[in-house]
Amino acid sequence: MTETATKKKSLEGFSQEDLRRMLRRMLLYRRFEEKAEEAYAIGKIGGFCHLHIGQEAAAEGCISPLRGDDYVISAYREHTQALAKGVDARAVMAELYGRAPGSSHGKGGSMHIFGAEQAFMGGHGIVGGQVPLATGMGWAIKYRDEDRVVMCFMGDAAVNQGAFHESLNMAAVWKLPVIYVVENNEYGMGTAFHRVSATGVKERSAAYGIPSSSVNGQDVLEVWRHFEALVEEVRGGGGPRFVEVRTYRFRGHSMSDPVSGTYRSKDEVSQRTERDDPITLLRDRLFEADMLTPEELKSLDQEVRAEVQEAVDFADSAPFPEPSELYTHVYSQINEHGRLFFDGRDR
Amino acid sequence: MAEITYREALNQALAEELERDDSVFLMGEEVAEYDGAYKVSKGLLDRFGDLRVVDSPISELGFAGLGVGAAMVGLRPIIEFMTFNFSLLALDQIINSAAKMLYMTGGQINIPIVFRGPSGAALQLGAQHSQAAETWYVHVPGLKVVAPATPADAKGLMKAAIRDDDPVIFLESELLYNVRGEVPDGDHVVPLGLADVKREGGDVSIIAHGKTVHLALQAAKRLEKDGIEAEVLDLRSLRPLDVDAILATVRKTNRVVYVEEGWPYLGMGAQIAATIQEEAFDDLDAPVLRVTQADVPMPYAKNLEKLAKPNAERVIAACKQVLYRT
Repeated sequence: MTETATKKKSLEGFSQEDLRRMLRRMLLYRRFEEKAEEAYAIGKIGGFCHLHIGQEAAAEGCISPLRGDDYVISAYREHTQALAKGVDARAVMAELYGRAPGSSHGKGGSMHIFGAEQAFMGGHGIVGGQVPLATGMGWAIKYRDEDRVVMCFMGDAAVNQGAFHESLNMAAVWKLPVIYVVENNEYGMGTAFHRVSATGVKERSAAYGIPSSSVNGQDVLEVWRHFEALVEEVRGGGGPRFVEVRTYRFRGHSMSDPVSGTYRSKDEVSQRTERDDPITLLRDRLFEADMLTPEELKSLDQEVRAEVQEAVDFADSAPFPEPSELYTHVYSQINEHGRLFFDGRDR
Repeated sequence: MAEITYREALNQALAEELERDDSVFLMGEEVAEYDGAYKVSKGLLDRFGDLRVVDSPISELGFAGLGVGAAMVGLRPIIEFMTFNFSLLALDQIINSAAKMLYMTGGQINIPIVFRGPSGAALQLGAQHSQAAETWYVHVPGLKVVAPATPADAKGLMKAAIRDDDPVIFLESELLYNVRGEVPDGDHVVPLGLADVKREGGDVSIIAHGKTVHLALQAAKRLEKDGIEAEVLDLRSLRPLDVDAILATVRKTNRVVYVEEGWPYLGMGAQIAATIQEEAFDDLDAPVLRVTQADVPMPYAKNLEKLAKPNAERVIAACKQVLYRT
């Protein structure tokens, strides 16, 4: 096969429209995170803010093959996964800004984006904490005899948590419809995975007999194809699956640390950013297959930039939560008798 | 009205709620085939099947989190800890997931779950198996905590806890499971947040919860011989807390002794004393005293364990002290 034929073949099964839609969405995720980065730098966004830049194919390729009512749950690098699951960009940006129309009314923040209506179940801040929760959603699906699936994202560091191992064991025992997805970006904060891990990511489900696979997470088409097949297996009653999505984080662990720092070299980051950008990889394939022109790309990019700008304008002009919101949503049921709060508000 | 044990009362409550609502299920170590480590779930597997009464692996963090995840999508799990000593392994899921979910989601997702099991010391189980869990949980906004002392309250509060839309920590006791008492027939529900005067008296108020209510009653009976009429207020529910009932008994007797199984430092009694001095300072004729476990890990030796636990003699002495009668 000639080189061109190989490249064409790699696009097989996707229409031009599909491919452009994927590219557009990944561009949206990139521009969204870049705007969040800017807003953080000028103090509009506070706290911890973990960007997904470089890992966009994991949001697009994993989540797109799901149905609207399938559950997605993630850790704290989840902005773009919320967008991919259909949570409105304005609501996500407003949440980052801590404003009233944010997805959690400004009470969650960057690490706690939720969209219950879109079956996007967070946004969890303790490494590995979402893994038992995903397992419980899988249990509920089995309990109600539904045909949904759960997709549970985690970072590579989560596979060293006890919660991960306890969950995988239960999911395997009860054959729960959960796909555990490790976005292996090689670093748990500033610690390289291999420095603190006796075995690789892909091996970690073997003890529980859960089929494991590994995909190139920078190639959105490979990711998409892999997950499309996997979702159907799990939906068909195949039991849990475990996938390593090999990727790379182009920014620091969070906005409060540098892009390279003491734990990885500038050279490494620039080389990987240059070589492994999921957006430019797809873009170049579309260019080579004559499915996209530079002008069309420019116009796509303008569209998504406008969309993100609208989200930023929305967030920036949105009101802060009312002071009275401090006290709402602590309990969903205020019991008729007795005192629930001890800070003096009842007196 | 039938006289049954605390264990049977809980079993009835679980069975009736499993019957009443398909979204309720019970999960924990030994709850199904073994009938429960303390036989609270006896017969439930046969009656409801293995999807509703589920034996878990020994993975407290995992199955507590599984329960919270199931509750996130609308099921109403009852998660049994064989004892609350083991719930320490699950603290992350109880506090960071169950208690905070509604708040972090801005009201999108509530967690209707019950975590239940025995708490506090039994007999000579040593340091790791003898500790009162209430303070760890009652501290956390988003959680509700109950600790019934009698079969009737155990049944009624269990039914209320299962029907509650928020996470409820339900504290039982190995030493209460065989306690007998009358339980009203029918759908007996005791709302959360209501204390109960277990004994009327005008001279001193002994406030307690869970197992120590019985200690308070023993002490009150013996004080009677010295001409002292003690009132015993059983809080039943620690959060929500029936502050009105606490203030009412303070206004009646002007003297309070709090009895609890836990350690003194920032224990329940510390909160009760703070609430009383904030809201009924002028009604007090003596400082609020506390009778608690000794401020040490629980020893094994019989004599040392006895010294560590609150007992009727110490409650009596505290009552006499607040009455200035020695």
